[in-house]
Amino acid sequence: MSEPLPVRGVIVAHGPMALAMVEAVRTIAGDRADALHPLSNNGKGPAQLVRDLDEAMGEGPVVVFVDLRAGSCGMAALSSCRDRSRRVVVCGVNLPMLLDFVFHLDLPLDDLVARVVEKGRAAIDRPIPAR
Amino acid sequence: MPIVLYRVDERLIHGQVVIGWGHQLRPGRFVLVDDDLSRSAWEQELYRLGAAGSNMEFVSVDEARDRIDEWRSAPERTILLTRDLGAMRRLAAGGLLAGEKVNLGGIHHGPDRTEVLSYLHVTRSDRDDLRALREEGVEVSAQDLPDAPRVGLDSLLKEGERPSE
Repeated sequence: MSEPLPVRGVIVAHGPMALAMVEAVRTIAGDRADALHPLSNNGKGPAQLVRDLDEAMGEGPVVVFVDLRAGSCGMAALSSCRDRSRRVVVCGVNLPMLLDFVFHLDLPLDDLVARVVEKGRAAIDRPIPAR
Repeated sequence: MPIVLYRVDERLIHGQVVIGWGHQLRPGRFVLVDDDLSRSAWEQELYRLGAAGSNMEFVSVDEARDRIDEWRSAPERTILLTRDLGAMRRLAAGGLLAGEKVNLGGIHHGPDRTEVLSYLHVTRSDRDDLRALREEGVEVSAQDLPDAPRVGLDSLLKEGERPSE
């Protein structure tokens, strides 16, 4: 029996954001950032962006991290992952959720997604209260 | 309230429209005018998922022509979008958009397209549509975001012209 394919992450975002986020993960987590593939919407129409995203996702389980749900990246991700149970879209990507993602790739896909969404939400905070 | 923005943008609903223009114009409704989209329930569902909470209507060009006065006189501020110039031209036919301004927001590169602006790539057919819009009394210009430079139609038609055209 063949080994199950590992979970991969694709970050699709505006301008240079996706590449910058992968590099930020690499700075903190080293080669674990290889599990993330950056994709920019720069200069791409909707059809091209969907094609590039499909190519980046491949055949295994994948989490597509999107910066802005109501943007072209969000629309492309929703289109590509529609009716595909092993493709999950997570909107509002941030660095803490990506770091948690690359350290827990061994989890089942649904558990992993629930975890990174929780970590991403929990990281948004105002540590010093208003005075 | 009037229709506060007529825009041609192949992405229809996306960040520049919802956030960029939406922040300035405060629309209460987006009308997406596209024949294919008006017949595609699953694609409409995608747009509703992507822009959850926005009031959206999906109509064909013919329905838009029938309902444009309704939107112009409704209390909601409306942004009307088409995916391509051909649909806007058909909407404008017979002077329906005379005196209105049409904003060109984004048509990306593709086969037989030449670059006019970094976010605008047109075919010969698009150029015909642009001229036809002007003949219908529509003021056409390109501007991807509210604070970006506005480029008038004459400049657009000059840009990207090839000797063979």
